Amino acid sequence: MEPPRAQFRRVAARTGRPATLRFDGATIHATAGDSVLAALLESGVLVRRLEFGGEPRAGFCLMGACQDCWVWSAEGGRIRACTTPVADGMELFAEPQPQAPGHG
Amino acid sequence: MSGRTTDVAIVGGGLIGAWTAFFLARRGQRVTLLEKGVVGAQSSGVNFGNLRLQGRFPGQYPLSLRSQALWEDFDALIGEDCEFEQTGHLYLAYDEEEHVKLEGYAKVSESHGLAIERVGPAELKRRWPWLSERAVAATYSARDATANPRLATPTVARAAARLGVEIRENAGVTAVERSGDGFALTLADGGRLHCGALVNSAGAWALEIAERFGETAPVFPAGPPQFVTEPFPYRIEPSVQAIDGSVIFRQIPRGNIILAGYPRTAADPQANRAPVPPAKTLAAMRALARVAPLLAQCHVIRVWSGIEAYLPDMIPVIGPSETTPGLFHAFGFCGHGFQIGPGVGLCLSEMIVDGATPTPLGPFSIGRFRSEATVSEKFRKEFD
Amino acid sequence: MAEIVIIGAGPAGIAAAEMLCAKGLKPILIDEGARAGGQGYRRPASDLALDMNRLMGSEAEKYTALHRRFETLLPRLDYRPQTLVWAIDGSTLHLLRDGQAETQPFDRLLIASGAMDRIAPLPGWTLPGVFTLGGAQVALKDQGCLIGNRVAFLGSSPLLTLAAKQYREMGAEIAVIADTTPFSAKIAALPGLLRAPRTLVRGLWYMGAALRAGIPLLHGVMPIAIEGESRVEALVLRDAQGRERRFACDAVALGYGLKPETQLADLAGASFAYDPDFRLFLPAIDSMGRARPGLYLAGDGVRIGGADAAEASGALAAQAILADLGHGQDIAVTRTLARDVGRLRDFQRGLARAFAWPKAQIAALPDSVTLCRCEKITIGEVRAAMAKDLGPVEVNRVKAMTRCGMGRCQGRVCGPALQEIVAAEIGGDGAAAGRLRGQAPVKPIALAAAGSTA
Repeated sequence: MEPPRAQFRRVAARTGRPATLRFDGATIHATAGDSVLAALLESGVLVRRLEFGGEPRAGFCLMGACQDCWVWSAEGGRIRACTTPVADGMELFAEPQPQAPGHG
Repeated sequence: MSGRTTDVAIVGGGLIGAWTAFFLARRGQRVTLLEKGVVGAQSSGVNFGNLRLQGRFPGQYPLSLRSQALWEDFDALIGEDCEFEQTGHLYLAYDEEEHVKLEGYAKVSESHGLAIERVGPAELKRRWPWLSERAVAATYSARDATANPRLATPTVARAAARLGVEIRENAGVTAVERSGDGFALTLADGGRLHCGALVNSAGAWALEIAERFGETAPVFPAGPPQFVTEPFPYRIEPSVQAIDGSVIFRQIPRGNIILAGYPRTAADPQANRAPVPPAKTLAAMRALARVAPLLAQCHVIRVWSGIEAYLPDMIPVIGPSETTPGLFHAFGFCGHGFQIGPGVGLCLSEMIVDGATPTPLGPFSIGRFRSEATVSEKFRKEFD
Repeated sequence: MAEIVIIGAGPAGIAAAEMLCAKGLKPILIDEGARAGGQGYRRPASDLALDMNRLMGSEAEKYTALHRRFETLLPRLDYRPQTLVWAIDGSTLHLLRDGQAETQPFDRLLIASGAMDRIAPLPGWTLPGVFTLGGAQVALKDQGCLIGNRVAFLGSSPLLTLAAKQYREMGAEIAVIADTTPFSAKIAALPGLLRAPRTLVRGLWYMGAALRAGIPLLHGVMPIAIEGESRVEALVLRDAQGRERRFACDAVALGYGLKPETQLADLAGASFAYDPDFRLFLPAIDSMGRARPGLYLAGDGVRIGGADAAEASGALAAQAILADLGHGQDIAVTRTLARDVGRLRDFQRGLARAFAWPKAQIAALPDSVTLCRCEKITIGEVRAAMAKDLGPVEVNRVKAMTRCGMGRCQGRVCGPALQEIVAAEIGGDGAAAGRLRGQAPVKPIALAAAGSTA
């Protein structure tokens, strides 16, 4: 199986601490200071599916205006990926999790 | 300029006006519906969309049940969909006092033939596990329903138009005079219209016409704070209401949760403004998270309100004028007009065509405001 | 002392704060972002190895100066980053900070909320890999990332060539720069543009540089589609000669100029008027930025003018605040600022004519194209609703009937295109189509933000 092809390409290195997040069970290596969206798009995963019909989406404006990059958190809510910085140990999902506390 | 002539003129193109026009046209009446803006834009279009049968004013049940049958038959009757869903309605009580009140509501509902289920805490948790455990008792009515208010009135108005009703939008009425046995209306564009019967369904703007004919009602305009959330997985089937009025909410199959709450806020019908104070939005957000903790992380995406006409006894004015034959009033629905809209339209059409309706409407007479008005307990609770 | 609140820490907000601080006042500066600078002068995190001087090009000096000035200002300011103003109620701001709702009263409010890209939809524009032109620059400046390896720039804006130049210098392949406005139309607008020759020369220089680098630079294109299965694979368009051309790419940057973020001005009670050059409803302001008593608007959030105009208009609005508070204003400074703001905004007005918003192309889009990406409402659904008896003839009513513009972004993205679809259906201009009314919350807020106590 081919690994997912990255959407974003990093051209400036970060010197911050490494941060590891899990997205739909996969491990994503990022650096403190990265936005969640940048980390996801650099890894090439599918960011989210639209609630209406399920088409893939991956953000659009990257500045917190278009609201098209909300991904699910382990707490049963959503975060806006383009304006949320990564945190080590973060667990996120493209789609709502039935086992999340809010949905149990 | 003599102007045009019609059998019935209806002033106010909200849900009541549209349904009245529809039923009158079915009885062969020539009808003109006059709307100062566009049909269904005010309280008819911006309300919560509840077709609730539980907990209504006792004297309203014959009308309410007749109306629900019409909603249930909406698609066949009107020929278009308005997102009608028989979702059921869940009433929640949080203490014994509220439980007693709930039981009182249930007995009234049952005496009119409505099936009410009593649901205890254990069953509540089993059937609706997303509810917090605070409720001590609940009642559920499966026949209660919801519909999309933004779609309902234009849809009914279109059906009325297909039956021959002349619908005139952006047609404000500037003067109404007695003319023989009927009425002569002057419109904002200078046009004139003569009619045999006149229906005053002008909502928060209805008082002017009533007062023109020597009648009054202490109408005042207000609006409930409402909001809608982002879509969440669809889990909340019934419309849910805390009996203390802090929240009424429902989830549409697309996933959004729609909420209305008290207290309502005074609105300005002249400036056409119905503000939603953010403090009330925050209070409603807290209340919703208390009732349905799974929504704590759900985001509110939009708030709105609309201008509704309220009366201190929290029941509407429906029926013939007591001063002027041929004039019929239907206004002041106090935020509870959506469910009874089709029934009111049907009853008015019967009054106009047959001279009487089989549905008892005595409590809603405008004459009740000639003596001192009673102030409902609901009224005290639902406003600031 | 009167409580003065400035919303937005871009060039306009910073310049205003600077002027107020100079008079010994201590304004509150609220900003949604984590670091000051706004979108255009966005400052990367200190640990990002990005040569901003190179990236900012001829703007580097101004960029550096603005941030230096902000640093010196900080001790004299009540600066509140990462704070969202989600509603305005009378003279109270409703804020969201650290996930919790709070309030802030004010006596004077200056809103410098900035702008976002204006977007024209086309088939495939919701595919992953399509970003706004501004977004493409944010990815670079804020995250040190390119939006793709081989990027197509589509729209109508001088910023297309600017962004493409930055991208190329950072190692991206440029598939095409495709501008929907014919070259002749740009030339025809030149007289208006000559009022700001320095900026003009810069724009032309970028165009020339693109051509010299062998990047296809097309004017007068008709976009056909962005193709791809689950992500961008190509941009297909018809060129000015009528040939259909396909440019393989893995990302598209889309931008038709900027549009002010006016939601907060709306909630604060500004009145709006239609501007036929920009084809947008804009808040009404006087020559110094007063929108109504106590409310001041500056920067790209009220009139697109670019960073220089934003700075000058922020300072000008601060002069208005000082004058209204009885501190007196510096007439000479005010006059100079007003002249600068006027000149720079006139230039942008010229640009809006030269790089035209493609209203006819939008009106001709097929029914199947998604218009509202939040609620997934197609152009066909809007047209069908309008074609019904008693159908809507104005954008708010269209929204009520179709949910177009009703989603999370509140019509920020679809609004301008919706306006053109509605205008075309009613046979009127943009003014007749109406303006989507703003509603709180300006951005989504979680129930938990309200706290748990009654």
